[in-house]
Amino acid sequence: MTLLITHGHVIDPGRWNGEADVLIHDGRIKAVEPKLHAKLEQSASLTTIDATGLIVCPGFVDLHVHFREPGFEYKETIATGSAAAVAGGFTTVCCMPNTRPVNDSRSVTEFILAQAALTKKARVLPIGAITKGSKGEELAEIGELYEAGCVAISDDGMPVMNSLVMRRAMEYASAFTLPVIDHCEDSHLSQDGSMNEGLVSTELGLPGIPNAAEDVMVARNLALAEFTGARLHLPHVSTAGSVRMVREAKARGVAVTAEACPHHFSLTDEAVRSYDANAKMNPPLRTDADVLAVKDGLRDHTIDVVATDHAPHAVQEKQWPFDSAPFGIIGLETALPLTLNLVEEGILTLEQAVAKLTSAPARAFNLPYGTLAPGTAADLVLLNPNASWIVDPAQSYSLSRNTPFAGWTMKGRVEKTLVGGAVVYETLPRQPR
Amino acid sequence: MSFKHKDILSIAALSPEDVALILEAAEPFKEVSGREIKKVPALRGKTVVNLFFEPSTRTRTSFELAAKRLSADVINVSPSSSSVVKGETLLDTIRNVESMQTDVLVLRHSSAGAATTLARHVRSSVINAGDGWHEHPTQALLDLFTIQEKKGGIRGLQVAIVGDVAHSRVARSNIRALTKMGAHVRVAGPPTMIPPFLERLGVRVFHHLDEALSGVDVIITLRLQLERQGRSFFPSIREYSRLYGLTAERLQRAAKDALVMHPGPVNRGIEISHDVADSRSAVILDQVSNGVAVRMGLMYLLSQLH
Repeated sequence: MTLLITHGHVIDPGRWNGEADVLIHDGRIKAVEPKLHAKLEQSASLTTIDATGLIVCPGFVDLHVHFREPGFEYKETIATGSAAAVAGGFTTVCCMPNTRPVNDSRSVTEFILAQAALTKKARVLPIGAITKGSKGEELAEIGELYEAGCVAISDDGMPVMNSLVMRRAMEYASAFTLPVIDHCEDSHLSQDGSMNEGLVSTELGLPGIPNAAEDVMVARNLALAEFTGARLHLPHVSTAGSVRMVREAKARGVAVTAEACPHHFSLTDEAVRSYDANAKMNPPLRTDADVLAVKDGLRDHTIDVVATDHAPHAVQEKQWPFDSAPFGIIGLETALPLTLNLVEEGILTLEQAVAKLTSAPARAFNLPYGTLAPGTAADLVLLNPNASWIVDPAQSYSLSRNTPFAGWTMKGRVEKTLVGGAVVYETLPRQPR
Repeated sequence: MSFKHKDILSIAALSPEDVALILEAAEPFKEVSGREIKKVPALRGKTVVNLFFEPSTRTRTSFELAAKRLSADVINVSPSSSSVVKGETLLDTIRNVESMQTDVLVLRHSSAGAATTLARHVRSSVINAGDGWHEHPTQALLDLFTIQEKKGGIRGLQVAIVGDVAHSRVARSNIRALTKMGAHVRVAGPPTMIPPFLERLGVRVFHHLDEALSGVDVIITLRLQLERQGRSFFPSIREYSRLYGLTAERLQRAAKDALVMHPGPVNRGIEISHDVADSRSAVILDQVSNGVAVRMGLMYLLSQLH
């Protein structure tokens, strides 16, 4: 089967940026060239998609999602999470191991992969646990997790507080060149905190999480990465201090990549003032100075990747009082327009913004996606960068509704998403769930 | 001038005029509590529910007496916070209570913002009787009432708030109320108990009590929560008391006729010495009796809206 996407503006970061047609054969990219439609003969086996006025780019790669299956299927399943992913333009997502049971074994990894295969939407790549049960004590069977298909290891949400355990994990994982991801939070410093520690927490009387809780662990992890030579990936960088330290470490040649989440460059802790638990996530929304630093980090590529930390929670959980509600927000369907805002603000070029969602994350985890190179899987997004829409959580494809962006007008919309050459999402007509 | 609020959630949400109006409304009710028959019909036929998710004797009793002296029907509900977190949401609990046609919900909860969140979802007036470390507006109002009664006014007074400001809703409400009404506020405590950027609320921060007390007209001492020692906020009760306890000797540094206040319950010999607590400067019991009048005034104002 052959598919031709015509008349689009193709952005294949580092490879092509301009009008071109994309030829797909048997689910793989065959060619990206201008005016292919004039050269190819019409035939019954050739399907055409007209992408006039649209940007055509590789499907987005999200290094950080929580799909809650197994264990918390009332928040999200692999099927609903994948549906939200492709609706947001993500064709590959890496799911964190904090399920129940924790993904610290081949059997859980294989279960996730099997569930993902059934949904036939986004590619779901599991991240294995660093330690058994993510308890931070003994290493999980990292070698077997790798063989089973895990693309990285992390005890996400449960920072590995013991520095010796982290050292050993980094050393051990380097045998498989597996990236090690550590949620950087000194849990003694953050203690019972539920929002950024600063003027707003003082006014609201909410327990704070200081920037130092993140900075201390970023410093430790950078020191250990430099020492062990391991591949370190820092998720959801939220503080000016983290950005500064990563910049410095990269300049010294430390093998580190870093990601920022759209909420950390779009909102500050002012969003907590109404005590809306949909503005509660970890790391928390910080201050203007931190937002500026994160944007600077994205601009100078200290921060390589935009990732969502898509963290669904049920409506009733987010109705608990702020301090007892769970951390996290959904993000797959709002990541594109929030990232495009950085283009509008002059922080990134359009090609750079696309790269942060495609080629850069793929490179960080050594994945064969996020590119339109001939021979690679035909995972693509067709998007309209100028289309406006209003965020209505009830319309989300996620099982959960926890977004702080409800009611926001967003600019930039996914029109079509293809995985392996098959259309897995189309914006119109939007099916009510 | 009239009172336009459906709820009393925080001092932050009140204007200086609102505060003045509440203090004025409380005045006649003070007289009611001094009568032989301590009852007026202002809230007859109204239902007031005290929902206390945190243990409290003083505040709950004060609200209950205030409502009863206004002839309201009053019930007290004290669900345990833990069962709410685990099963029924706070919102469901409140909606169930409200379905019995209540008029005023008085809420105390260990979570900051609980009253604010709740008020958005119910028809009844919500009075915040303390939410986490956030606010305890009626405490600040009764403190202001007491200061005004003893000092003839609030504007221009020097007021020191001493102790664990970081974990104190009383401190937050008082800082807002006092600065709103034109007093000069200082806070004093160890750096571990002063929250960040507190000066931005218009106060001066001191870490040495003697300096903070110099020439002040009012001293509000905060209750020390003794369990904070184990969490490294201070080394020992002994040292806390030596550095931040209000003694007769330290009181000398304050202005002549300075008032000593405390929201209760008092840890005698820790934040305040025995002799100071019983001295003529101490108006701690006046605060308690004024609390009933202020809460009567407040409920009266809210009932005028219905």
